[in-house]
Amino acid sequence: MTTQTPASAHAPATDESTAGSRVRIEGVTLAYDTAVVVDDVTTAIPDGGFTAIIGPNGCGKSTLLRSVARVMTPRSGAVLLDGRDVTRYKPKELARQVGLLPQSSVAPDSISVAELVARGRFPHQTPFAQWSQSDERAVQRALRSTGVEELSTRPVEALSGGQRQRVWVAMALAQETGVLLLDEPTTYLDVAHQIELLDLFADLHEEGRTVVAVLHDLNHAARYATHLVVMRDGRVVAEGEPPQVLTRELVADVFGLAAVIIDDPETGTPLVVPRARSHRART
Amino acid sequence: MQFPGLVRPVRLGPFSHLVSARAVTVVAALGVAAAVVVVASLALGRYTVPPLEVVQALTGRAEGMAATVVREWRLPRVIAALGFGAALGCAGAAFQSLTRNPLGSPDVIGFSTGAHTGALVAIVFLGGAFSTTAFAAILGGALTAVVVYLAARQGSTTGFGIILVGVAVTAVLSAVNSWILRTADLKAALTAAFWGLGSLNGVQWERVTPALVLLAVPFALVVLVWRSATLLEMGDDAARSMGVRAERTRVVLIVCGVLLTAVVTAVAGPIAFVALAAPQIAAKLTGTPGVEPLTAAATGAFLLAASDLIGQHAFGGTLVLPVGVVTASLGGAYLVWLVVREARRRPAS
Repeated sequence: MTTQTPASAHAPATDESTAGSRVRIEGVTLAYDTAVVVDDVTTAIPDGGFTAIIGPNGCGKSTLLRSVARVMTPRSGAVLLDGRDVTRYKPKELARQVGLLPQSSVAPDSISVAELVARGRFPHQTPFAQWSQSDERAVQRALRSTGVEELSTRPVEALSGGQRQRVWVAMALAQETGVLLLDEPTTYLDVAHQIELLDLFADLHEEGRTVVAVLHDLNHAARYATHLVVMRDGRVVAEGEPPQVLTRELVADVFGLAAVIIDDPETGTPLVVPRARSHRART
Repeated sequence: MQFPGLVRPVRLGPFSHLVSARAVTVVAALGVAAAVVVVASLALGRYTVPPLEVVQALTGRAEGMAATVVREWRLPRVIAALGFGAALGCAGAAFQSLTRNPLGSPDVIGFSTGAHTGALVAIVFLGGAFSTTAFAAILGGALTAVVVYLAARQGSTTGFGIILVGVAVTAVLSAVNSWILRTADLKAALTAAFWGLGSLNGVQWERVTPALVLLAVPFALVVLVWRSATLLEMGDDAARSMGVRAERTRVVLIVCGVLLTAVVTAVAGPIAFVALAAPQIAAKLTGTPGVEPLTAAATGAFLLAASDLIGQHAFGGTLVLPVGVVTASLGGAYLVWLVVREARRRPAS
């Protein structure tokens, strides 16, 4: 736990807010070739929470998320699920517990919504049982809760960006995992679709799932998340509940942005308002 | 639960599958068409056997000359055409899935040319016994695959990288092949040149049977890993997060694809077009998203058997074309169409 920021009024990783944590990240270092992207991070993901990982571009937040889904293997340290190193799980066994919505996936040409979502059942299937009743029910539930049921026979390539992202979410939901990881799920969407998706994630969280999302928009993170993990230069610099974590000092220090923090008039959560150019000198 | 088209769940005890009625129909139709081609191929020739006698010979109810002609002379060639066509179709599906590109076929990315180089070396420098040639062809194809894979890995792991490297390697190997032919003595050069056309001429049971046994293993493996392969087409992160062993799947596809291509090339020489076109034609016919090895194999079997029939008999029996020439002519036209379509679809790449 590094506390190099003045905004160290956050809860340390071991306190009550993270007492129940199926997912624990212990001394994890992640690197692409020689470039260390995540440097000795230790943290825990609160069960049943909506955790948002925030931080400037290139701080390693997506990389950290990918290591939890074992898409990437730590150079040192370990990601633990229920006390067991995720690299020791069989791939399908882990995929029944942890689902990931990657930043970019390619939909095969002319695949329909139903066919794509059905592929999310892979970790539950065997060469013989490839479309059981429970597969069908799970896909149906996923299509319904993401609101894309009526689109099921449409080709994915014919959908709008917002609809398409819902379909990818549906595929991750069909996987029926207790932990759902979302890597920048709202990027490239217009604001209405962003809010629509975040509302959907909040619903999934309220249904009891552990949701972890890498988000760019601080105000979205502050409004929807129950737990924030703030990263900079490959390290976690603050974590805890949004009102405690998201302070003026932290935003200035981590993002290099002069801002005032006010209460969100809708929810009372912190709202980050960047200072106007003419006022910046005075901060 | 609504799927587009005629996709229906089929459940029998613990067994459950999603089955496309359209794909089943297409495969059945291809089977009927292939059966017609088979009977025609067995009937036609210098010694014509009436179709009824062909069927009798096949079911063991005929004796004498007709039975010998059908079962010993012509059947190995027809079975080879079907089996090799299926193998090439399956190999094409494997590489097109791997590269996520309809151009990603063993004849475009150099494995066939590499196998050709191996065979040329064997024919020209090592005496050219069949087993030596076959072994050298498999080795040449495999080495080319390793080179292409490693070179493509250096740059990017995208399918397009493999294709670009493969095209370059093909050009280099073609030059090498020409040079080897030029240095050879006349007899060896003729043998090698004829082999290079790709032909099922003179294919006998003692070569067809072991080849088919060898092909069965990689074929089955490709079918087994196929669901992982389709998830891999969606990107490594998506596939891995769903429990796909990405690297293992990739290695199985490459090794099996190379084996399928190389074994066929070892026996019959390089046969172009089938691996390239069969998966795409099958996908169009069945309306499935992406290529699929079983339908690609059915299409490939029909294409190669039909091409061989055309090569043998379409020109009145006076001019007999090696099947490789027929498929290469068809394939050239198809390739031009494909490249134009791809260029229109994604102007960026």
